[in-house]
Amino acid sequence: MNSLTSTSGNPLASAEELAAIAKAVNRQRLVIFLRIALMVVTLTSWESAVRYELIDPFFFSQPSAIYEQLDVWLTEGTAQGPLWSELLVTMEETVIGFLIGSVLGIFCGIALGRNKLAGDVFSIYIKVGNAIPRVVLGSIFIIMFGLGMASKVALAVVMVFFVVFGNAFQGVREADRNLIANAYILGASKRQVTFTVVFPSALSWILASLHVSFGFALVGAVVGEFLGARHGIGLLISTAQGTFNAAGVFASIIVLAVVALIAEYLLTALEDKLLKWRPAQFVEHGM
Amino acid sequence: MATPVIELKNVSRKFISAQGQVTLALREMSLIVNEGDFCAIVGPTGCGKSTTLGMITGLSPPSTGSVKVFGKPVTGIDPNIGFVFQADAVFPWKNVIDNISVGPIYRGKGTKMAKDMAAEWVRRVGLSGFEHHYPHQLSGGMRKRVALAQTFINEPKILLMDEPFAALDVQTRALMQEELLGLWSEKKASVVFVTHDIEEAIALADRVVVLTRGPGSVKSSYEIPLARPRDVSEARYSDQFVHLSKQIWFDLKGEVQI
Repeated sequence: MNSLTSTSGNPLASAEELAAIAKAVNRQRLVIFLRIALMVVTLTSWESAVRYELIDPFFFSQPSAIYEQLDVWLTEGTAQGPLWSELLVTMEETVIGFLIGSVLGIFCGIALGRNKLAGDVFSIYIKVGNAIPRVVLGSIFIIMFGLGMASKVALAVVMVFFVVFGNAFQGVREADRNLIANAYILGASKRQVTFTVVFPSALSWILASLHVSFGFALVGAVVGEFLGARHGIGLLISTAQGTFNAAGVFASIIVLAVVALIAEYLLTALEDKLLKWRPAQFVEHGM
Repeated sequence: MATPVIELKNVSRKFISAQGQVTLALREMSLIVNEGDFCAIVGPTGCGKSTTLGMITGLSPPSTGSVKVFGKPVTGIDPNIGFVFQADAVFPWKNVIDNISVGPIYRGKGTKMAKDMAAEWVRRVGLSGFEHHYPHQLSGGMRKRVALAQTFINEPKILLMDEPFAALDVQTRALMQEELLGLWSEKKASVVFVTHDIEEAIALADRVVVLTRGPGSVKSSYEIPLARPRDVSEARYSDQFVHLSKQIWFDLKGEVQI
């Protein structure tokens, strides 16, 4: 019955195909509806639990208060200045730290991955460095670099570096022996092998680590601001904490979450662009 | 007599693991391949067939004995050598045309010239229309064609092939064998073709070398008197072919039986 079935999009699609398409569309609508419903239910129960005095807004705040707080910050600005400029400070620290940390991580990971001796010598120190809870370095950086941007950037760099380095190193080590041998026989120099075979092989590992490490960079910047700063979302949170303003803490969390989601979206777009040679099933992100 | 293209003399190869365990892969192996020869090597698994090829490329030097290519001891990778791997060794992040043009680019030709050469090879291996496809979008046979073009574009004088068609289905394999003979007959490179398939060895080669079980050395060698150009799919039904195939199988059986 091949003559009757046709590809989708064809006006002569069979009843079976139409039914299958309709089913897929319905399922997607159901998912979206349930997502919205879940959010509405959560927020309403939170709000009503506070209104009916089941939980104390002093500790848990309430959605309406958080909304008001955000509204005040957006229209009148925060105690430290306009919300945008505060966010900009944190973003600048995060992005600079993320860029420096990932470039250093990629460079060191590939260099050590390609050089067996250097890899064996340094691997123990990298393990030691990785074992340190890196957030505590924040205190050292505040002493070293002061209360300005440099100390936050430094903390974001060390947060990012180890993750990216580890993945780049692993990616280099996992590069297919056959591909490397093939390149050498086809006439490649060691340098050409590094740039045209090893780096592209490691790229999927590296890009995977960038997703995680952007979040780490944000953690580094915000924690650095907790420890001591004049501007930034981290300071906003610690000020809110100091005045027992739970709504302020939640509002800051929302601002940071939005930023992290946007960054995640941009990184996914970058990944899809750079890794378009991969089979489709590996590129899907289960949205 | 002219110097042989490849000469292995009393070659042994040991592998020493990180735990200090020594494995002998080849023992006192000698082999001579003359210019334009198509030599197939068959042998039981683990007899050192791939090790032999590795030594000719210079990727893994012998423990004792000498390996000479064009009369000179092997010290590194010879630019006259081409190698076709068993597994897919085409670069998954490059499309067909970029995969085929890497050889000339590595060897210092300009991108433009390399691309022009590659375009010609795309046509020769019958992949026109697939220039911008990535390897994962191609079938196993098409990827093998890319691998062949990638190797042939460098015009190797020595072609080493390590069970190149083992992963293909029977029909595709027969097609690829025809194709290989076609490409080879144009340039007449010297070929060392490793396989575990006796019929493939006879259908393609001028000479079939049988190795003993590991650690391998040469057990016997057969001249294949089938006329060229050969029709691979026809040749295998001739009496001569069947007779040779029986003889070689008999030789090999002694080595695979436990």
